[in-house]
Amino acid sequence: MSTLDDQANQAVNAETSEAEETAFQVNDQRKGSGGYIILFFILGFVASLIVGWVIFPKLLYSQRKQPVEFNHALHNGEVDEACESCHFFREDGSYSGVPKLAQCIDCHEEVQGESEAEAKFVSEYVQKNREVPWLVYSRQPPCVFFSHAAHVKKAGMECVECHGPIGESESLKPYEQNRITGYSRDIWGANIAGLKKNAWDRMKMDDCVECHRTNNVNQGSVQTHKGGCFVCHH
Amino acid sequence: MKIDRRSFLSFVIGGAAGTAFTPLPWKLTDDSAIWTQMWPWTPVPDYGEVSYVNSTCTLCPGGCGITVRKIEERVVKIEGLSGHPVNDGGLCLLGLSGAQLLYGPRRVKTPLKKVNGKFRRISWDEAIGELATKLADLRAKGGSHKVAFIAASDQGTLPELINRFLTVYGSPNFIRTPSILDSYELTLDLMHGVQALPGFDIENTDFVLSFGSGLLDGWGSPVHMFRANSSWRDRKSTVVQIEPRLSNTAAKSDKWIPIKPGTEGALALGLAHVIIKESLYKKDFVHNYTIGFEKWRRPVVDGFSPDIVAKITDVDQTTITDLARKFARASKPLAVCGRGRGTTPGSLKEFMAVHALNALVGNLNMAGGLWTIPDADYIDWPELEMDDTASTGMQKGRIDGAGSQNYPHARYLFNRLSEVINSASSPPIDVLGVVGSNPVYTAPDTLSTKEAFEKIPLVVSFSSYMDETAEMADLILPNHIYLERYEDVPVISGIKYPLIGLAKPVIDPQFNTKHTGDVIILLAQALGGFIANAFPWESYEACLEETLGDKWETLLQQGFWLNVSFSPPSWAKAFETASGKFEFVNDQIDALPRFSSLKPEGKEASFPLVLIPYDSMRLQREFIGNPPFVIKTVEDTVLKANDVLVEISPDTARPLGLKEGGYAELSTPKGSARVKVHIYDGIKPGLVAIPAGLGHTAYSKYLAGKGVNINSLIGPVEDPASGHDAAWGIRAKLSKA
Ligand code: SF4
Repeated sequence: MSTLDDQANQAVNAETSEAEETAFQVNDQRKGSGGYIILFFILGFVASLIVGWVIFPKLLYSQRKQPVEFNHALHNGEVDEACESCHFFREDGSYSGVPKLAQCIDCHEEVQGESEAEAKFVSEYVQKNREVPWLVYSRQPPCVFFSHAAHVKKAGMECVECHGPIGESESLKPYEQNRITGYSRDIWGANIAGLKKNAWDRMKMDDCVECHRTNNVNQGSVQTHKGGCFVCHH
Repeated sequence: MKIDRRSFLSFVIGGAAGTAFTPLPWKLTDDSAIWTQMWPWTPVPDYGEVSYVNSTCTLCPGGCGITVRKIEERVVKIEGLSGHPVNDGGLCLLGLSGAQLLYGPRRVKTPLKKVNGKFRRISWDEAIGELATKLADLRAKGGSHKVAFIAASDQGTLPELINRFLTVYGSPNFIRTPSILDSYELTLDLMHGVQALPGFDIENTDFVLSFGSGLLDGWGSPVHMFRANSSWRDRKSTVVQIEPRLSNTAAKSDKWIPIKPGTEGALALGLAHVIIKESLYKKDFVHNYTIGFEKWRRPVVDGFSPDIVAKITDVDQTTITDLARKFARASKPLAVCGRGRGTTPGSLKEFMAVHALNALVGNLNMAGGLWTIPDADYIDWPELEMDDTASTGMQKGRIDGAGSQNYPHARYLFNRLSEVINSASSPPIDVLGVVGSNPVYTAPDTLSTKEAFEKIPLVVSFSSYMDETAEMADLILPNHIYLERYEDVPVISGIKYPLIGLAKPVIDPQFNTKHTGDVIILLAQALGGFIANAFPWESYEACLEETLGDKWETLLQQGFWLNVSFSPPSWAKAFETASGKFEFVNDQIDALPRFSSLKPEGKEASFPLVLIPYDSMRLQREFIGNPPFVIKTVEDTVLKANDVLVEISPDTARPLGLKEGGYAELSTPKGSARVKVHIYDGIKPGLVAIPAGLGHTAYSKYLAGKGVNINSLIGPVEDPASGHDAAWGIRAKLSKA
């Protein structure tokens, strides 16, 4: 029996030393290419930074033009009740959002002025009685319930506080659509890292929460509180 | 520099580490979360202005008021109209699912003509022109009486327009689809001498005796009945349900009396026997306002003692005696009949026997009783001027035989149609119009109905849906659906007041459809002469507004017009029979209670069991097939995948070796089908119950191919007293498959 055991031990030893030899060889090589490895690490690191910060945002959003050019500043000068002239509250308190053709027609039955956009608007939409398929920058997903009345009528907030100075813009910027979710880039914000300077730079839930916390209003609807979810989500 | 596996790995690791310092993973996580919340295929209503339009549901004769919630120009929800005399805010499953009928997949979107077996789109002008030419030719050849129309109601402007068109054209063949209204109308005609609708003051009844009526399964005005049910609970009324199967109604009643099917009339007479014998009847009424009581009473007393009736009906003697006493002693008792949803007219003698119970307890035109409601009388159009062709045609006699020597009392005999057509050597109908009904599916004996329809040279369907009849039609002139059109709806489903509902367009027509009323007017104009003169209106809407006169504004605003001051005539004035009294016996139909139950079709030797249909609120068996939402609510003891389950008692199942959920072959003299078995204690042994409303071959994939159509297994059985269909079941065989 012992003879057999010895034989077996020898065999094992032999195998071990072979394995060690191979390991040494590998180590030699590693020493030789150590610099390259770090280089490749750095290359990968930098490449991914470029992908993540530069290429990814370009790929993530597609750009779409609004169907008709529109000058907010110009209109703002013409109307009496500022934003609410066109973006008004209905009798039942609900918010009308982007104006319907019927409202535009009040003034634009005929072509006004010389602009090309105006001519196109009248011929393509007014005369054909077609609604303009405006792309809404601040459209929230359908699972979000947001009451304009509560914020504007009750809390007395100004449009600009969430929407920024869009009323002063002279043209409509391209609508950037998220290819995955189908929603406007303005919800996440132009900054891909999600950083913001102004309150209106982003419209994510965190931004709602932030404002509610700072102003210490309706904290029950902030996610930390029980039963809060269904105040804003359905 | 050598790029090997290790440098590659190093690159990848570097990339991974770098990625963690970019917004990419966080942004992607967030976006995919949002994406999952917003599957693009999840329907989401548009943003926009919310509005409500009040209207009337016409999906069944119930007459419920609805309020339709819209977002901009899209219907998103249908709710019951609060304060409406029929449903006061309530709604049934079907009514709730109306939006699926509006936007669902089986709408007929434009007029269609069948060419070589396939439908081809045609314009409205072509369609109406073609039909008008055909009608003009037929009329010129003296065949005007070979035109017939089938409609679900004969009241309201649309049916009246059709009837007027037929009359001035020269055809007496306006046919109403059958229901218990046929038998109730006849009962009131023969016993009260009036042409009237039955109205049930059922919510004020304190003892409801139902002879198989599915009070909570769609009988009468379904939602109204649900409301009545709550009032019975509140007021501690008693509800007794007599039927062979433990239906929903039976389950919710105070007492369920399982009876041998088809013998309900005998039980009614058995109860009458006890009431008379124990002198429990209302003497004032019976002695002063009725005639024929003595003559009627003798055979009841002699032939329907509890022991005899117990043998006929399988209901034991004490139950009969007890029930009779309780019914007669209740302060406001009411007996009703008409099986299930009331889609089959039933045996006239049974109706008269049950109605005699109401007379015995003196509830006619009394609180909690049965009232006679005069037919709506607001349609008052100028007298028709007819040419000779029209008069000759009108004298030809109806194709279904109603009103003829053999069937003097019936007004419409839809059930005879297939037989008449199939047995004729040349087609007795050249043109058949079908409005608001689906006879190929709803008529008993599907095979022979189809055969008959194939023999008619031109079938014109006015259906909004590609239903079984539309599929067989040669021409489809699609009507707007109820949410897109005006229509006055005189409520005929047992409400105790004269009531008219108005359906009005809550949304523009979604497709190239046309109001059938307008089509009739256009047809008349195309035919010219007297026919055109009979239709002086420029459109259906104009006709409706003019016809309703001062009711129009109320209807538009309120959605219904109710004669609140209505009260039924007192006993002294209520009866317009020759005697001026309520008639217990009517020699015209030999209404003496020589009652014998109508036998189901088939021989017992080859078909040892009896198949009976049953109804539920979750299955529609009439014109409108179940929308997807409603079919989803059907329990899996009724429909499992595409298999229908038939109910049998454990005692029936055992000797046949049938197990719960196992397959079986169900055959009747009319056909056979593969079914699954549901073993159910709530059904009398020897019976097989099958749900009605399944087995569509048309409509969408959500309905077609599910289960078996009861009408393919059952045929009509002619009631010898009236000629109407009185089939309550058919002999059947069940064997393991
Ligand atoms: S009961 Fe009839 S009328 Fe009433 S909502 Fe249901 S389908 Fe419509």
